[in-house]
Amino acid sequence: MKVLVPVKRVIDYNVKVRVKSDESGVDLANVKMSMNPFDEISVEEAVRLKEKGAVEEIVVVSIGPQQAQETLRTALAMGADRGILVKTDDTVEPLAVAKILKGVVEEESPNLVILGKQAIDDDSNQTGQMLAALLDWPQATFASEVVLEDGKATVTREIDGGLQTLALETPAIVTTDLRLNEPRYASLPNIMKAKKKPIDEKAPGDYGVETAARLSVVKVTEPPQREAGEKVEDVAELVSKLKSKGAL
Amino acid sequence: MAVLVIADHDNESLFDATHKTVTAAQAFGGDIDVLVAGKDAGAVAEAAGKIDGVRKVLHAEGEAYEKQLAEAMEALIVPLMDGYDAVFAPATTMGKNCMPRVAAKLDVMQISDISGIEGTDTFERPIYAGNAIMTVKSSDAKKVVTVRGTSFDAAGEGGSASVETIDAPAGPFKSAFVEEKIVQSDRPELTSAKRVVSGGRALGSKEEFDRLIVPLADKLGAAVGASRAAVDAGYAPNDYQVGQTGKIVAPEVYFAIGISGAIQHLAGMKDSKVIVAINKDEEAPIFQVADYGLVADLFNAVPELTDAL
Repeated sequence: MKVLVPVKRVIDYNVKVRVKSDESGVDLANVKMSMNPFDEISVEEAVRLKEKGAVEEIVVVSIGPQQAQETLRTALAMGADRGILVKTDDTVEPLAVAKILKGVVEEESPNLVILGKQAIDDDSNQTGQMLAALLDWPQATFASEVVLEDGKATVTREIDGGLQTLALETPAIVTTDLRLNEPRYASLPNIMKAKKKPIDEKAPGDYGVETAARLSVVKVTEPPQREAGEKVEDVAELVSKLKSKGAL
Repeated sequence: MAVLVIADHDNESLFDATHKTVTAAQAFGGDIDVLVAGKDAGAVAEAAGKIDGVRKVLHAEGEAYEKQLAEAMEALIVPLMDGYDAVFAPATTMGKNCMPRVAAKLDVMQISDISGIEGTDTFERPIYAGNAIMTVKSSDAKKVVTVRGTSFDAAGEGGSASVETIDAPAGPFKSAFVEEKIVQSDRPELTSAKRVVSGGRALGSKEEFDRLIVPLADKLGAAVGASRAAVDAGYAPNDYQVGQTGKIVAPEVYFAIGISGAIQHLAGMKDSKVIVAINKDEEAPIFQVADYGLVADLFNAVPELTDAL
């Protein structure tokens, strides 16, 4: 079985983002960039499936600027076998990403594509589902458990109010949620080894995909700020304040 | 102009998120029809017809719609879109799961989790875990939108729209439902509760979480929430998680107990009307957003609060 894992380079999740004063976007200059945390979970899951013997090859793909190669190297150091960089300096929306990934899938013929449920920059939560639709494949989003057996994927999903299990024919799409696993740190020997693993370079045009944006950004602004209220001395004062505010 | 609203429900009752989505659709404008896809969901279709401002209800029945499987929902909704300019769904796990499939099939770039509407092509949505608000203008002919429930009030009930039964593709589909484990609780549901009591890592164990947070919530008739740190530590199940990676809540009053106030948590609760924080660390960031802050040891303060109510 072969697994494809798309990975995205985003602002590191520990960095507090700053909105640019001209409201054109958030400031990406000199900011630490990392692999999208949900994509790390996807890579980890693919590596675990390989360690269990359910998967033979893991291909990672990133769509982005030259520096996205670092993100691919991180995935290779975690245990992926080879990478594909679809190089573009444009901002590529989920729909165009899904179209490019469809092209990659048609070339690579994976049995499973594992994606993060969303990227922590635009929080769209679309790419996996869109790819599934374009391929007419079944999907299981927000996975907390993935079992591969007899050409079927049995996936437990985190839904509002609890958990739901689906059985999917393969090939299939899975998107990962937080509790699926805890991604490993790549060891130094594996980081060295990853430098020798192959990364192919492609362009969106190689897959016949036009990346022009459908959504134009009118502005990006700071969210409304909440003012700090007052400190109360003790529980009695808290209760009386809440009562007078009508909150109890 | 006409908008199709996708109802979220469990075949017995219509979820409040649907009413909020109708409000968003009203802000967009045009006639509003609601699609109820389910199994033995007649009562839900009736309920949808009572929402104010609904023109008619489309009711589709079938095995695959009992759990609203994404492939089936795509097959049902895409052909219906010939008659609509936009489709709105709540940004619940149902809407998040199904709608991007519909968008891709229509060759439309979806606008996810909107928090505001300006006209028929311009929408506001939070990005970077709510740390920035982006306003986008869509150039697509049809709009596919999911709606953040906490940003819109629920539409009222008083309508009397007719229910029209429509055919639904029966498959076969390439995914099948196996089982579901829904947590049964007498407590209100987290995202629609008027009061929420959330516990954080400072509780130290699942036992203390259950001993301190649960009775306070019971006394208040509140839903129970937790920070991601508390969930990761195993003090509370994942579906209690409040934050950007969990549930987004905006109750009348939110109690943050032993929660420091990481950005990701604040993104999930900062729209609450009144925020109460109890934390022994005076410098905790939660106090910067709390209306009432009590600097105290929660192990003393919480039982005292529970007794005082």
